[in-house]
Amino acid sequence: MWPNKFDYARAGSVDEALSLISEDGKYLAGGHSLLPVMKLRLDAPGQLVDIGRIPELQGISANGGLTIGAGTTHDAIATSADVQAMCAALASACGQVGDQGVRNFGTLGGNIAHADPASDPPTVLVACGATVNIRGADGSRSVAAQDFFVDLFETALEDGELITSVSLPNCSDCQCAYVKFPHPASRYAIVGVAVCLKMDGGTCAQADVAVGGATVKAVKCAGAEAALAGTTVDEAAVNAAAEAVKADIADWLAGDIAYPESYRQQMAGVYLKRAIAAAQG
Amino acid sequence: MSTRIFGSGIKRREDPRLITGEARYTDDIKLPGVLHMAVVRSPYAHANIVSIDSSAAQAMEGVVAVYTSEDIGDGLAGLPTAWLIPDSDLKTPEHPALAKGKVRYVGDGVAIVLADDRYRAQDAADAVVVEYEELPAVIDPEEAAGEGAPLIHDDVEGNIAFRWVMGDREASDAVFDAADVVVSERILQQRLLPTAMEPRSAMAQYNAATEELTLWCTSQNPHIHRFIISAVTGLNENKVRVIAPEVGGGFGSKIPCYPDEALVSWAAIKLGLPVKWTETRSENYLITIHGRDHVQHVEMAAGNDGALLGVRATVYAGMGGYLSTAAPGIPTILHGLLYVGPYTMGSVFCESIGVMTNGTPTDAYRGAGRPEATFLLERMVDNVARAIDMDPAELRRKNLIPAFEDGHEVATTLVYDSGDYPVAFEKALDMAGYGDFREQQAAARAESRYLGIGVTAYTEMCGLGPSQVAGAVGFQGGLWESATVRVTPTGKVQALIGASPHGQGSETTLAQIIADELGFPVDDIEVIHGDTTETPMGWGTYGSRTTPVTGAALAQASRKLKDKARVLAAHLMEANVDDIEYADGSFSVKGSPDQAQSIQDVALMAHLAWNMPEGMDPGFEESQFYDPPNFVYPFGTHIAIVEVDAETGVIDLQRYIAVDDCGPQINPEIVAGQIHGGVVQGIAQALCEGVIYDENGQLLTGTMQDYCMPKADMFPNFELGETVTPSPHHPVGVKGVGETGTIASTPTVYNAVLDALAPLGVQQIDMPLTSAKVWSAIQDARS
Ligand SMILES: Cc1cc2nc3c(=O)[nH]c(=O)nc-3n(C[C@H](O)[C@H](O)[C@H](O)COP(=O)(O)OP(=O)(O)OC[C@H]3O[C@@H](n4cnc5c(N)ncnc54)[C@H](O)[C@@H]3O)c2cc1C
Repeated sequence: MWPNKFDYARAGSVDEALSLISEDGKYLAGGHSLLPVMKLRLDAPGQLVDIGRIPELQGISANGGLTIGAGTTHDAIATSADVQAMCAALASACGQVGDQGVRNFGTLGGNIAHADPASDPPTVLVACGATVNIRGADGSRSVAAQDFFVDLFETALEDGELITSVSLPNCSDCQCAYVKFPHPASRYAIVGVAVCLKMDGGTCAQADVAVGGATVKAVKCAGAEAALAGTTVDEAAVNAAAEAVKADIADWLAGDIAYPESYRQQMAGVYLKRAIAAAQG
Repeated sequence: MSTRIFGSGIKRREDPRLITGEARYTDDIKLPGVLHMAVVRSPYAHANIVSIDSSAAQAMEGVVAVYTSEDIGDGLAGLPTAWLIPDSDLKTPEHPALAKGKVRYVGDGVAIVLADDRYRAQDAADAVVVEYEELPAVIDPEEAAGEGAPLIHDDVEGNIAFRWVMGDREASDAVFDAADVVVSERILQQRLLPTAMEPRSAMAQYNAATEELTLWCTSQNPHIHRFIISAVTGLNENKVRVIAPEVGGGFGSKIPCYPDEALVSWAAIKLGLPVKWTETRSENYLITIHGRDHVQHVEMAAGNDGALLGVRATVYAGMGGYLSTAAPGIPTILHGLLYVGPYTMGSVFCESIGVMTNGTPTDAYRGAGRPEATFLLERMVDNVARAIDMDPAELRRKNLIPAFEDGHEVATTLVYDSGDYPVAFEKALDMAGYGDFREQQAAARAESRYLGIGVTAYTEMCGLGPSQVAGAVGFQGGLWESATVRVTPTGKVQALIGASPHGQGSETTLAQIIADELGFPVDDIEVIHGDTTETPMGWGTYGSRTTPVTGAALAQASRKLKDKARVLAAHLMEANVDDIEYADGSFSVKGSPDQAQSIQDVALMAHLAWNMPEGMDPGFEESQFYDPPNFVYPFGTHIAIVEVDAETGVIDLQRYIAVDDCGPQINPEIVAGQIHGGVVQGIAQALCEGVIYDENGQLLTGTMQDYCMPKADMFPNFELGETVTPSPHHPVGVKGVGETGTIASTPTVYNAVLDALAPLGVQQIDMPLTSAKVWSAIQDARS
């Protein structure tokens, strides 16, 4: 509860943030992942560059797709009419992060940079084909969400790089949902499942499925998607997808002492069914 | 007629300061020049200390000193164990304030750093280099008592600190051999973290000229802390002042005297500067006592007709690395003596083995020994019901002790004070709609939905207790309480008590007792506690004893004052004492109601002493020492209804019904609050709380991210009911209610879940009933 010593600087713009950050520095957004880790002395950055008040990082814009500033809070995303319309699953996921206090402080950029495997938003970003927009000393680049999450607490971010925003395609004509089995202690996800079904008449033209919580990172589940695509999403298809999803995540399983990998893997199947039911609403 | 304040659900008088953040806790107290203490703690559960190098730490900015046990030398005596169970071959291994040569659990203190700033103290603590030689560790108490377990203390052979036997083994064998049915189960009472909202804190200041030490600390019993701090520092007891300011909950974890409190005292004396230490939550989970930790082998004998004949158990109780202050009393006296419960059961036997392990020391945690007894009893009653195919409620009904008003001796030798178990039992079944539920359950099962119901009938022993009994069972203290009711000249009341409430609402309930006895408005009464210099001697707040014991002392002190007031009022009104009538704080003369003296008038005249009756002393203050003649025995019946999602193992607690009898309720709101809190903690043991160590003795549930504290949305609205059976021996008839919720609720919910799972063939799951365990048990039963 007593962090090590660190320097602190506040940046007014992305350029300033990039120029301020030092080798052992970290960006400070909502502080809701970083500060707990520092208080436990599990991490001891020598410098914090506060990006919490950079106007460019704030806000949600909707034109064709969604662009969400990295500094936008979970609460702002969950309650945004644009997000609810264009990606209901993301609004739902952000609305299920922690409690209201956490949602008021925690940001989308901080959440994905931290890459806690039990986080909620990454699962939706991976399912819905989001893109992470990044700036570094050498300019800008964009990375597909699926490639952004590399492993446990590991992302494609290079030292000193800053996430500026996340873009998502418009998903308003899909059936999409995020359902979560919260860990009773932390309320992070034991398993979280995001589905996005593009329906063409009664047939599923495209299915996107991702699982988090049960895995070291949010995982796109091709087997489950294949089991759903081209079907009417009837009971047989759903059951097949629920089986397939367990294989999809088999190489990426994560767990803890109370909720081991084997249990989480099974629950991914159960929660996929529930997510599909929720998407069909 | 005014409404009686006794029995009225007035708001808790302590809440405004708690809710507005104005309450002053130990850590809020700032002294100029204070040094901050950080403790270097062992990262190993069991290791020899090879060397300690503090040179780098000592050189750091702001660091005043770094000390190890070598520096302390004999400056501090070892921490005593204060419950010396007789006839148990008890060993009390040395418990030094800082480890000497060997550490025995993760968190054991190795060195202290004193610095001008809390952050610097922590930085320096991290810079102390300790070389360890790791030793094999053992956490499970049954394993620790077994062959080949690592020896934790050289002078505690086989790690067995005591072996306590209750009852006659041969007599028990005879009952069990002759019984139609014997059921058995290995029950794990998992370790729990008390998790008081305020972590522990201690600050000491020493005045070398007067040789007085003041210790502010998070204590449930400042007089016991004074006694122990005096003993370990060698200061005279009258030179030690212990102040427990606002204390943010304890649940038993603030009864013991810990190394940290001794260390700040020693350092303050050594350095002549005030020294403060406040634990972090992570430290709290590592070093503040844990509760429970039993491995129990239990059997129950019954007849085919459902007559419960006997219960017996071998209990391995984990003590942790050292014997905490009251630890030996918990799995013995406070446990075995509860084996009869509310039933007409004639045979009890308990062998309780206290085992040293490499876990955090254990001690009293809400209910302390009694939840562990009630759980095994109620679990076994359900097992008997299943074995003889009788409805578990019917089985309980058949065996309840019939109503009694004044004393009922049971096989454990306890004499229950009063009880009407059948009335509370039927009331709870009615509230639950038990018969209808069984029909719903059958219908739901037909649809593969798994509903279950659990019923617990309980009684428990609290209001600790007669001091003679305390002595007989080795408790190194009395268990009486004392109180002074002091009325100022302007008619305001200060009630000074030796007990030390820390969240229970006693400032309200105790004031209600005085108001009821003397007629002062409750807002004119201040209850003062938590300072050994200001308050009279008392043994503390635990064991649901403050209302029963301190409350009795206050009622009796108030009655003495009332007797004095009556005589003085008669004198002032020139009337005969026998003609004085009293109502609502006013004394009047029979037949002439317009002539009256209020209690405030009388108080003033007693202070002025201008016109006193022959032989009456001035002043308006009385004190009372109260040693209870017996424990009090609250009782009741709790019922839970759950549904288990067989697909996930998730348990939905749908209804919770609690009918409790704690005698007349002084303040029903506070009683309800105590029951709510207790029930939540007890249900949490059944469903989610549990310490997990790895095989090396590392605490895996070291933060609330992993250790599952109960949350409000896990619970339905509790449905409370009551019956009122006064205690015959208590001046106002009340019984304790601080622990009943924790005692009754764990088996209630556990049995409900196992009832739900019965058609799936699941018979036993270790607590806590996490969804993962429930789900696995279902899979195992199916395969
Ligand atoms: C009690 C509690 C409960 C929680 N429950 C949940 C939950 O149920 N589900 C869930 O998903 N999350 C949960 N969280 C985490 C929450 O979502 C965090 O807010 C989030 O993970 C981090 O966001 P932040 O803005 O607070 O980031 P910070 O803590 O400020 O930063 C986290 C990390 O990201 C880096 N960073 C921040 N912003 C950027 C950026 N723009 N570019 C590059 N790097 C950046 C920081 O340097 C740091 O390493 C919980 C947190 C708490 C405290």
